[in-house]
Parts: sequence; C-alpha cells; structure tokens
Amino acid sequence: MGAYNTIAFDAAKCDGCGDCMSACANTKVGADDALKEAPLGGTARSRIQIGGTAETGYELALCRQCGDPKCVTVCPAGALGKDLSNGVIGWDAAKCVDCLLCTVGCAYAGIALDEATGRVAKCDMCEGNPSCVKACPHDALKLVTTSRIYNEVGGWEDLFAPGLAGCQGCNTELLMRHTLRRVGPDTVLATPPGCVPGMGSVGFNGTTGTKVPVFHPLLTNTAPMLAGVKRHYKRIGREVTALAIAGDGGASDVGFQSLSGAAERNEQILFMVVDNEGYMNTGMQRSSCTPYGAWTSTTPVGQGAGGVHSQGKTQDAKNLPLIMVNHRCEYVATASTACMEDLYDKLDKAIEASRRGFAYLHVYSPCTTGWRFPTDQNMEVARKAVDTTFVMLWEYTRADGLHFTRPVDDPLPVTEYLKAMGRFRHLSDDQISHIQSKVVENLGFVKQLAHGAKA
Amino acid sequence: MEQTKYLVVGSSHAALEALTAIRMHDPEGSLTMLTRDPHLPYSPTVLPYVVSGRSAPDNVFLRDEKFFAEQKISLKRGKALKALHPARNAAELADGSEIGYEKLLLATGASPAIPPIPGIEQVGYHVLRTLDDATQLNAAMKASKQAVVMGAGLVGMHAAENLVKAGAKVTIVEMARQLTDGYFDATAAALIEKAFTDNGATILTGSRVVKLAPSATGATLTLESGATLEADLLLVATGVRPNMDFLAGDGATVARDKGILVSESMQTSVPNVFAAGDCAQAKSFYSDARVMNAILPDAAEQGRIAGMAMAGDPGIKAYPGGIPVNTYHFFGRHAISVGSSKVPEGGEVVTRFDEASGRYLKVIFHEGRLTGIYGVNEFFDAGVMSQLILRRIDLAPLRERFLAEPMKTAREIMSRTWR
Ligand SMILES: Cc1cc2nc3c(=O)[nH]c(=O)nc-3n(C[C@H](O)[C@H](O)[C@H](O)COP(=O)(O)OP(=O)(O)OC[C@H]3O[C@@H](n4cnc5c(N)ncnc54)[C@H](O)[C@@H]3O)c2cc1C
Ligand code: SF4
Ligand code: SF4
Repeated sequence: MGAYNTIAFDAAKCDGCGDCMSACANTKVGADDALKEAPLGGTARSRIQIGGTAETGYELALCRQCGDPKCVTVCPAGALGKDLSNGVIGWDAAKCVDCLLCTVGCAYAGIALDEATGRVAKCDMCEGNPSCVKACPHDALKLVTTSRIYNEVGGWEDLFAPGLAGCQGCNTELLMRHTLRRVGPDTVLATPPGCVPGMGSVGFNGTTGTKVPVFHPLLTNTAPMLAGVKRHYKRIGREVTALAIAGDGGASDVGFQSLSGAAERNEQILFMVVDNEGYMNTGMQRSSCTPYGAWTSTTPVGQGAGGVHSQGKTQDAKNLPLIMVNHRCEYVATASTACMEDLYDKLDKAIEASRRGFAYLHVYSPCTTGWRFPTDQNMEVARKAVDTTFVMLWEYTRADGLHFTRPVDDPLPVTEYLKAMGRFRHLSDDQISHIQSKVVENLGFVKQLAHGAKA
Repeated sequence: MEQTKYLVVGSSHAALEALTAIRMHDPEGSLTMLTRDPHLPYSPTVLPYVVSGRSAPDNVFLRDEKFFAEQKISLKRGKALKALHPARNAAELADGSEIGYEKLLLATGASPAIPPIPGIEQVGYHVLRTLDDATQLNAAMKASKQAVVMGAGLVGMHAAENLVKAGAKVTIVEMARQLTDGYFDATAAALIEKAFTDNGATILTGSRVVKLAPSATGATLTLESGATLEADLLLVATGVRPNMDFLAGDGATVARDKGILVSESMQTSVPNVFAAGDCAQAKSFYSDARVMNAILPDAAEQGRIAGMAMAGDPGIKAYPGGIPVNTYHFFGRHAISVGSSKVPEGGEVVTRFDEASGRYLKVIFHEGRLTGIYGVNEFFDAGVMSQLILRRIDLAPLRERFLAEPMKTAREIMSRTWR
C-alpha cells in the first residue's frame, strides 16, 4: 500500500478568487473562463467548491477521499470504490446508474450532481497532480501526504520488546520504538542511565529488552564506549549502525565532555538525545536543559526552609544542539514527535551521515510525569512547543549550514505552551515575560545562523 | 450441528455493512453469511437498471468470491432461514440443517406485498425485488405492447419509465390520490406525472383494481369504477412487507410489530439476536415511536450499528433514528426529498416554484431548524441536508440565504460545522 495524498485547505489564506474552481472545470470538463458566469458553465462544474464571503470566511466542499467512505456504502451499483494504491475514491461511469444515492451517503458534498451532464461528479485527484492546487495563487490549497510513515514502516519489525515499563503515555517510548525500527536490525545500541534503560530496554533477568545488541554505559562515557564498539566492528569488516539513545541530563551535564570529544574526533556514530528537560527517571531533578521557571524536584516552588521563596528554575536552559553545531559535525538536527515526517527525514539523513562521521539528533520529548500533564496530551504539548517556537526544528550540515525545516509563520504566544502543563503553573507575569523574551531571542539567534548559511 | 460465532442472514446492504463492522473489530471470529438468493450480493435498488438493460445482470454484484475468501467469511447462497430457535441459539434452514450461532443478525429485508385482489393468483404477474425478477421482467418487457403497473411508488414508477422507453403503452394504477405518495408532495407529484404523461403513459390515480382475470392478451383488470384494462404485462408494485415468516413457532419470542422491533443498538427483544434494514422497525428521528424506514442508506447504517454491537466494538454509537430520504431520477429530471413531509405543530412551510424551468423547492422549518426539504430539478446535497436535520442546526440566522440558495448555504454550514 502506497502513501495517500489529500488536498488540504487553509481558509485563512483563501481570498475567494475561485481560480481553483476554474482550473478544475477546465481540466475535467473543458469549461473555460468565458463560461465562468454562465449557468452550469465554468466554476459551477468544478469538483472543488469554494463558498463563504470575506466577512464570514471562506469555506470548502471537496471530496475527502474517505477511509470509510459512505458514498461507497450506499452505492447500489458498485460504481464507487477506493483504489488502495492511491487512496482515491474512484467513480465508474459505466456502472453508475445515476440514482444520486451517493449524494445521500456523503455528508461533505464530496460527490454531487453535475447538472450539465445529469451525472454525479467527484474529485479524482488528477492522477496525483491536482489542477486546483497548482492554480491557487495564495497557497491556500496544498497537496499533503497522509499516513506516509504508517504506510512505509507500519509493517517493519519493532526492535524493542513489547511490554516495556514506561509511564503511561510516555513520549520517549514512542520515539525510541520509531527510531530503532527505522535504524534497523544491524545496530548496536548504547543507552546510559535514564528513562530508556529505566523502562527495561537493557533487560530483566538476563534477557535484553531489545532485539538488537544493547549495552548500558555510564552517564559519563556513552559516546566513547560506543565509538570503541563501532571501531571494533569496522576492524572486523562488519557494517553496523552505532546508535546511542541518551537523556538530556547524561548528554548535557556529566556526559558532555566525552560527547564533545567524540564529536570532535568525528566518530562514526549516531547520537540521539531524548530531551525531556530533566532527570525524569530518577525523580525529576533539573538538568542544564531544564527551562527557566520550570518546577522540578530540585527547583521547587514554595516557601523554602531557609525562608527563601522559590519559583522554579532560575537559569535558562543550555542549547545543546547549537553547541553541537559548533563541533561542525557531519549532521546536527533538532526534531519533535509532533512532526513525525520531519523526524523521519532527519533520521534518514542522520543514519546516512553516521557512516561518514558524527551525527547528532536532538529530539524534544514531553514528559507526562515530570512536566505534569494528562497522559493523553503528549502530542498536543509537543505541538504547542513547536507552534510557539519554544522549540525550533532545524538541521545543519557543513555544506549547507543551518536552516529551518519547519518554519513557523505566526508563532503562538508562549503562554499557549506554558499553560498546557503543571510544571509552569506557578509562574509570575515577570517570569512569563522573561520566557517569552527568551523565545524571541532564541528564534532571532537561530534565524541569524540560518540567514548566514544562505548568504 | 454447524457452529459459527456470527451468523448474518441476508446478503444485501444491511448484511454487508454488518460484515464490514464485524471484521473491523474481530478479524478472525468465524462468520457465516446466509442468503436465500442464488447470486452474489447485489442491491435491489439497481434492479430497475437491470430491467432497462442499462446494467448487465452479471455486472451489478457488490462483492466477489475473493472478498469472502479474504475476509474469511463463509457465504452460503441459495439457503433460506426457515425457523429460529432462540432458546438454543440455533437457526434452522429450509433444507432441514441447523447452524448454531453466538450472535445472529436478521437482515432479511422485504418482499413485494401482493394485495389480496380476487383473481390475482389466476393471472401471471411480475414483481421486482430480486435479480431473477429483474431479468424476467427485462425479457417480458421486450415483447410488451400494453403494460399495466399497479402501484405508483418509486419501484412502480421506475419500472413504468422503463416500459415506456421500451415502447409499450403503459398505464399506472394507483390507489392514492397522487403519484409517489409518501415520497413527494402534490406539487412534485404533478411534475412527475406530467413527465410521464408527456412521454405517453396513462396515469390513473385514486383508482383501485377490484378484480383480475386471465384473458387472451394476458390479464383483464377491473377497476372500482367498472372500467377494465387489458395487460400483456402486469407488474405488481404495491409496497413491501418485511421478511420475518421464520419467526413463527419458537422464534415468536422475538417481538414484532410491523417489522422486527429493535433497540438503538439493533438488538431485538431476544438475547444474541439483532435485526437491521428493511425487516427492522427502529426508532424514528422525529419521535420515540419505532417506524419502518425502508430505504437503502438506513439499511446500511443500521447494519453497521448491528455489526458493531455483535462484535462488541466499544466505538458503537446509538442509532439516532431514521429520517426518510429519497432521490429519484425520471426522464432526465430528478426529485430529492430529505426529512419528514409532515409539518410539525408551529412549523413553517416555504415553497418556491418556477413554472418555466420546472424547478420546485419546498422547505419545512420548525423553531428555526430544518425538518424537511424537497426539490424537483433543484439539486442539493441530500447527505448535507440530512446532517442539518440530524444535528438540529439552528438556521434562523441564515434563513433567507438558505431559502435563496439552499445547496450553497448548506455547504458553507457543513464546512464550518463538521468538516
Ligand atoms: C426496485 C427498487 C428500487 C429501490 N430504489 C431505492 C432508492 O432509490 N433509494 C432507496 O433508498 N431505496 C431504494 N429501494 C429500497 C432498498 O433497496 C432497500 O431499502 C434496501 O435494499 C434494504 O436493504 P436490506 O439489506 O435491509 O434488505 P434487502 O435488500 O431486501 O435484502 C434482503 C436479503 O435477505 C435475503 N433473505 C430474505 N429472506 C431470507 C431468508 N428467509 N433466508 C435467507 N435469506 C433471506 C435476501 O435474499 C436478501 O439478500 C429500492 C428497492 C427496490 C426493490
Ligand atoms: S464523496 Fe463524500 S463520502 Fe465519498 S469519499 Fe468523498 S467525502 Fe467521503
Ligand atoms: S449515482 Fe452512481 S455512483 Fe452515485 S450511488 Fe448512484 S450508481 Fe453509485
């Protein structure tokens, strides 16, 4: 089964010009612009219909190529069906008996009567290259690929054992399962103390929690141990991916010296940091990646014993991925499980780069237990972090420098992110404005780097 | 005795949707589909087009053998359910064999109702509900010079149009005062009637056939007025009755009224037995009464719910109640009706009729909400209109625009509300 594409509509960008409708009518029935206003000519025969007004906003009626299409269900003639290779709901003109029942089944006006022919008509995605999308002068229509990852990797083997003891709704478990599935079976995995081994991936009772060789280095020596293992494999002539999945604490604090050393020597390893902004596995202590203002068990909130009122962490977080850029690694990128396709693209590039030298991937990973949000809110929190530019998604190579992979046009105010979780609940207005100004400053800083790269 | 986890009786829309729903939740549980029809699944709704010759009888099937093999469904064709023994969860077939079930769906639909007119069993007549009915009618139609259709419901009207187009002189006899009674109102019916008479059909509404007798031509029909009609082809399309004869004897514990009574999850009064589609009598959307709503989209929806209930799918949603919906194509024109034709107390009816174009629109509002909409040659998306009714969306602020441009306005509301 291949990837399915759908046409996405951004109402905010639409100005109601109707170019998409003319383009559709032209492509499908050859009705040209001269007929635009004529009854049943021009736009009336388009399979994409834009409605609404400038005041109320523009609206769209278009087939969604449903996964559970009701039009198909009610068609008595077997004239409609989903093409599993491209997801398009196809219409068989020869079988159709013009009963209009499909227009009863569809709740989206995705299939409707073309009064000029007396037959139904629906969007067929123009063989994967829709005319309407090309015609839209405002980027309000986009062709997006859905379920790409599922279609591609859904059948691959999950190389972590089932039943790891992560917290309910753990984002890290999701991330590591995706990652190892992608990196594949020819892998040696190093995972220093933290949530990844903590949930059992290094094993219980003499069996490992992975289906690949895994070892459990110290917080301080993960990168060099892994580099040594990799060198050994090279010496015996066996191609393996040397992968580390480490927490932010291990990487940015005590493990930093050896990480920096391995990067400087350009060891051929893929080092992934799962940044949940603290030592969550051992009881939620702060790390140098914990953001300003956040509650942790070592940056508490409330009246301290010494009479000093505490309001969470008083220092800003260290930007570890930018520090790694300054090692001029083969590849450095930030990612988020909120943008899985972006994450997968970067994984591919990082795997490839690790054959040549040091690849570093920094993934922001919300923590339901340590950040205090409901277990079903992981993606939402991850998404808010991206949408507010609290975290930025970019990649760096020596050849192309740094550039954003998911630029955010209109960032949400950072409060949207902060209020999604409990660890920021106590913040004063001053603290919030400090955080907001840091977000702006960080964005500006990375933009400068990105700009410099282009010049 | 053969044993199956799920037994689905019937092979049409309600039954097929139940299969989908069961397999969505339980890909492995043993599943048997039983149908008295000898063919692969097909829809009764497509039959008028088999009669006309537009659809080849071997090109109307909704599933093939491969589907049943892939989905691990045992399809038994040409096997009728004869009796039900709910106390021991067993179904008795016409051939005397039995199948034990854990969950049973009765999706046996309906059959033509034959009016008890004196002499009717002495004359040859056609009905239209099965594929074999359709191929027989298609063959007979070619030789027909003067045909009579009893009943001006949608089945009768479809067939009459085919007969007209095949060149026969056609008379439609209908007891009610108008055509398509219960589907369309008098104005719409008049437009439909005109299309038929323009094309040479004779329409006798408010007429009752009181006697039938064989004749040299075929049959002589005597009307209440005393007039007689000669027919070389007689089609009886005077309505349908649900198939539930198998609920005599042991099966009588399954509660029935006009059809098999079901709950909002399509459960009958008896454990493990479900019913859906034209044989079931389920909640109406407009009241708590249980009604027969013998239309295809409802059969599909009820079948889906029944399948989910049978498989224990936690995603099940209660049946919101049926609303009547009909789409009808005649002589290149179309008529669409969505919702109740009854005007509720305090309700408001707005009609618009343009004689020149033959465009007719009728909208019924109650407390600012849509309860019914009808159109002839006025296209709107029946699925979107149904949602406006089911979701009880307040149209008061958009009333004028809705009346001026129902299709466009409804689409905008759709896009804003449930896209
Ligand atoms: C000519 C015609 C035109 C129509 N046009 C429309 C239309 O335009 N729009 C609309 O909405 N609806 C229309 N309908 C109605 C629509 O076809 C039905 O509502 C729909 O088919 C009901 O589906 P169902 O699954 O409940 O039952 P049915 O389609 O009646 O199927 C019943 C199934 O049960 C099987 N069966 C019956 N008894 C037994 C038994 N004892 N043992 C084993 N199997 C049994 C039958 O073989 C059949 O497979 C039309 C019907 C006809 C006949
Ligand atoms: S026509 Fe309607 S029901 Fe069918 S696939 Fe398109 S949106 Fe879905
Ligand atoms: S109009 Fe054609 S495609 Fe639509 S339900 Fe009827 S037969 Fe199927």
